[in-house]
Amino acid sequence: MLVATEFRPWTMFEPQSRQVTANFLRSFFPPELSADFLRMVMREAWRTVAIATAGMTLAFLIAAPLGLVSTRVLSISALSGKMATLPFMVRQGVRWTLIVLRSIPELVWALVFVRVVGLGPTAGVLAIGLTYGGMLGKVYGDILESGDSASGEALLRNGGSRLQSFFFGFLPQNAAELTSYTVYRWECAIRSSVVLGFVGAGGLGQQLDNSMKMFMGGEVFTMLAVFVGLVALADLLSTALRRIMG
Amino acid sequence: MSTRQQALMIMLGLGALVIASFWSLDLQWTQFFSNEALRSMGRFIGEFFPPDTSPAFLAKVRSALVETLAMSALGTLLAGIVGLALALAASRQQVQDRAPARTPVRLLLNALRSVPELVWAGLLVIAAGLGPMAGTLALALHTSGVLGRLFAEAIENLPSGPAAALRTQGAGPIQVFLYATLPQVLPQIISYTLYRWENNIRAAAMLGVVGAGGLGQMLAFHMGLFHMGKTATILVAMLALVGLVDAISYGVRSRLAR
Repeated sequence: MLVATEFRPWTMFEPQSRQVTANFLRSFFPPELSADFLRMVMREAWRTVAIATAGMTLAFLIAAPLGLVSTRVLSISALSGKMATLPFMVRQGVRWTLIVLRSIPELVWALVFVRVVGLGPTAGVLAIGLTYGGMLGKVYGDILESGDSASGEALLRNGGSRLQSFFFGFLPQNAAELTSYTVYRWECAIRSSVVLGFVGAGGLGQQLDNSMKMFMGGEVFTMLAVFVGLVALADLLSTALRRIMG
Repeated sequence: MSTRQQALMIMLGLGALVIASFWSLDLQWTQFFSNEALRSMGRFIGEFFPPDTSPAFLAKVRSALVETLAMSALGTLLAGIVGLALALAASRQQVQDRAPARTPVRLLLNALRSVPELVWAGLLVIAAGLGPMAGTLALALHTSGVLGRLFAEAIENLPSGPAAALRTQGAGPIQVFLYATLPQVLPQIISYTLYRWENNIRAAAMLGVVGAGGLGQMLAFHMGLFHMGKTATILVAMLALVGLVDAISYGVRSRLAR
C-alpha cells in the first residue's frame, strides 16, 4: 500500500519542497481583503448556493415522479398477491435508471457537460440535478416503502387511485422524513457545487482553483474561510429546518 | 406563530430562494437544447467508441485502479488513527472531566470536515507534489474530521458504568481507556471506518482530477488530450469500481441486517 501510493512523507520535508510549501503558506497572510475581491467572493459564494439550489430543484423534478413510479407499495395489482408482470418491469426499469444516474459521480457528469455547454454554471446545475435526482428518487422510494403503509393501503383497497393514496395516505405518513432527507441533500449539494467549480462549473470552486494555480495564498485563505463559513451556515439552517419539520 | 403559518413562511422562503437562484444564474438552456449542442453531445459520445482495450493500456488502467484502492485504504487507516486521537481530546470522558481541549478540537474537526477532499487535494498537490501521496493525505485529512466527530459522539454516548467502576478501583486514565472505553466503542469505530472507506474509494477515483493520482488523474490527462477512446476505458473502469463497491456494501449490509 505504501509503495502503491508512493507514500513518502519525508519528501515533503526536503529543503526544496519545504521552501515551496513555506512560501505558499506564508503567502496566506495577510488574507486578501480588498473591497473588490470581497465583493467578487460574495458574488461567487451566492452563485455556489444558487447552483446547488437550482440543481436540487432539477433533482426534485426528476426524483419526485420517478420515485413515485418505482414505489412498490403503490401497486394495485400487488394488493392481491403478486405484482403483475408489466408494472413489475416498469418499476424495476425505473429503479435501475435511478441507480445508474446516482452511481455516476457528479464530477464525471460535470466534466462531460462542460465539454458540451461550455464553462459556467449550466454544467454544474445539470450535474447536480442528474446525480442527486437519482439519489433522491431511490431514497424517496425506499422511505415510502419502509414506512407504515396501512393507511395508504386501505385507501387503495377502497378504490382510491394511486395518486390519491399517495397524497392522503403515504405523504402525510412520511412527510417529515422526506423533507428532512431533501434538506440534508441540499446541504451536501452546496459542498459538492464547490467541488464542481474545480472542473469549470462556476462558483467559488472555480475561483479557488484559479487562485491556487497562481499561488495567490491570500486569496485562497479568504475563499477557504468564506467557504467554511458557508458550509457551517448551511449546516445550521438545515438543522433548524429539520427540527421545525420533524 | 401557528405551525401552519410557520410552514407557509418556510415554503415562501424556499420558493424565493429557488426563483432567485434560477434568475441570477445565466443558465444557457436554449444553448443546451439547441441542435448544435445535441450534435456536439452526439459527436462527443460517438468519439468514446471504440474504447481503447490494448493490453498495454489496460495494464496501465489496472495499476491506476490498484493505486486508487491503496490511496483510499491508506487514507482511511491514517484517518482512523488521527481521528481516534482527536476524538479522545474532543470528548468528555466523565462528569467531572472539564475537557479543556473539547471546544478547540471540535472546531478543528469541523474545519477539517467542511473542506471537501478535492479542495484538500488541490492544496496538498502544492505541498506534496503531483501524485497519489497528495490524494492519500487529502483523504486522510477530510476523513479525520469526519471520523473524529463520529468517534467523539460515540465515546460520549457510552454507558459510563464500566469506566466509573474502574476509576473507583483506582485505575489510571490509560487503563480506563484500554479496559473500558476502547472495548465498548470498538465495534462502532470499526463500522464507521469501514463506511468511510467505502465513501473514500468513490472519492479517490475522482480526486485525481486535480492531479492527486489514481484513476482520476489518468481521466483528466487523457480527457485533456482528447484521447476519447482511452477516456472511455477509464470511465468504464471507474464506474465498475463504484458499482462493485456499492454492490459489496449492499450485500454485506443486507446480510448483517438479516
